[in-house]
Amino acid sequence: MNLYLPIAEISLNVFVLVGMGAAVGFISGLFGVGGGFLITPLLIFYNIPPAVAVATGANQVIAASFSGALAHYRRGTVDLRLGTVLLIGGLFGSAGGVLLFTLLRRLGQLDLVVSLLYVVFLGGIGGLMLVESAQSMLRSKSQGTGEVRRPGQHSWVHGLPLKMRFHRSKLYVSVLPVLGLGALIGVLAGIMGVGGGFIAVPAMIYLLRVPTSVVIGTSLFQIIFTAAATTILQAATNRTVDVVLAFLLMLGGVIGAQFGTEAGRKLRGDQLRALLALLVLAVGLRLGYQLVVQPQEPFTITLPTGETG
Amino acid sequence: MTGARRKPRGTLRNRRRSALALACLLSLAGPTADAQEGNESFEIGLSTSTISITSDFNGARLVVFGALDNADARLLRQQRYDIVVVLIGPRRPVVVREKERTFGIWINRGSETFESVPGSYALAATRPLADIARKELRERLSLGISDLQLGSVPPPGPSGQPAVDQPRDKGAPQANVSLAERRALAAGKPVVSMQGESSVGAYAEALKRIREAKGLYNQRVGSVQFVSPTLFRADLQLPADLPTGTHTARAYLFRSGVFIRETSEPLYVRKSGFESYIDDIATRYGILYGVGAVLLAIFTGWFGRLVFKRD
Repeated sequence: MNLYLPIAEISLNVFVLVGMGAAVGFISGLFGVGGGFLITPLLIFYNIPPAVAVATGANQVIAASFSGALAHYRRGTVDLRLGTVLLIGGLFGSAGGVLLFTLLRRLGQLDLVVSLLYVVFLGGIGGLMLVESAQSMLRSKSQGTGEVRRPGQHSWVHGLPLKMRFHRSKLYVSVLPVLGLGALIGVLAGIMGVGGGFIAVPAMIYLLRVPTSVVIGTSLFQIIFTAAATTILQAATNRTVDVVLAFLLMLGGVIGAQFGTEAGRKLRGDQLRALLALLVLAVGLRLGYQLVVQPQEPFTITLPTGETG
Repeated sequence: MTGARRKPRGTLRNRRRSALALACLLSLAGPTADAQEGNESFEIGLSTSTISITSDFNGARLVVFGALDNADARLLRQQRYDIVVVLIGPRRPVVVREKERTFGIWINRGSETFESVPGSYALAATRPLADIARKELRERLSLGISDLQLGSVPPPGPSGQPAVDQPRDKGAPQANVSLAERRALAAGKPVVSMQGESSVGAYAEALKRIREAKGLYNQRVGSVQFVSPTLFRADLQLPADLPTGTHTARAYLFRSGVFIRETSEPLYVRKSGFESYIDDIATRYGILYGVGAVLLAIFTGWFGRLVFKRD
């Protein structure tokens, strides 16, 4: 059954879109990432204009992360205080990201920058996580929970001023790296159409040393607001949010997310991280391959504002 | 003494040059003068004046009917009349970019802006265009995909001649006469080939190639048929992603390779139903639309949680 999407201006199969949403929703529930880093490339592979894919991806992410965050909130694995500080940084970053998005699109370099960012971030984070979780799995074969926390070991982050106590996360750190991380997530949300979970989760684990169980809920909580800000800004400035497309993805997404959250509870922290690392790497490699391989058609047509015409 | 003798010679040379220029002007103006001569009258009508794009729109066929009166019966029998019918989508400025390999990755490097590119172009003709009219005439009429004028450079020289395939009321300056001819007219020189057109040409060609591959530009020979000696019909194929806006259906009449006249009718393409409603809100109330999208997402997330409560 095909449906015409009013903003993407293309007619696509409803079931494929709902299925896509469900698959990504499962992953988002499993790992506590909004799934934006998967949904945006998937939409682009499915012929949706990249600008619409980015903005609509942000909209879809809200539903999945709201659903997931609710589940985590009931279980008490959301650090509202940490999430709010992240959020304050995130809102500023989000505005900057959307401005950058508009500018890059006018220059005709948006697609390149989006792909490069994906390759760099996904490749880098995926690689680091894979190495770390493999080590952790080897180390903790005999004992333990698969947590990152190593007592007595502090990174440079813990030496910064303006410290604040986060009870849920059992943390006492400076707000500066938290705000900075939030802003970075916001910028990426604006340009890449992601909630930023795939950056937030590893950064909270490795830089801030937040327990993995709390990280996922907190990340989801923060993503809701960053993605919401991005959606509204994109709709207002670039008119690229396709609400019909987003709704179809959400529909699949919320269903998938429930099963994902369930499955996530049966896996250990290090196993979960290793799986997420593999997934992140795979998406990064796929996008990197596209940049290097010779395109079938080197020419592209756009309107002067950068919209596909 | 010598100076006095030189003078008349110079005048003679000037006179010769202006005579040459005049001859060029006349030959260029030739086809236009022809266009006024024919007695034939020529009207078209569309099968519909509005096309609505609904959620299941999957392309359409447009039938254009036409009547040809006062035609020379002998020429008609010999099939010396040719008719070309086109549907031209709304013209918009467009940027074409070319990727080049830079440090191992493919990056958009060169770009070319075209000021007035039809969003779609469907053509039906009685015979192959090359048999109907000369290349120069096709260029001047902006007829056929390969001779379609895209307005790559703001037209220099005498503007104010609207393109034949452009709505007259718009009045935007547009390459009606091909650029080379227009420059030549302005300078009073014979037509010479322009340098620098080849690089622009590669972008224009790419644009047409991409739009042809998408079905946005198409042309079919033999899809204009005479139903009776005076009545003809043309079938135009419209793609699924037909651009919205005011399209122009235009018919051209040729007699033995000479352009006689043209006539046109507007065709309105608009989104209808739920889609147009959403599109309208997204355009007019961007922020409100964004807030609505967010609320919808939160509601869907909450509702999904409610329905699939698994803990």
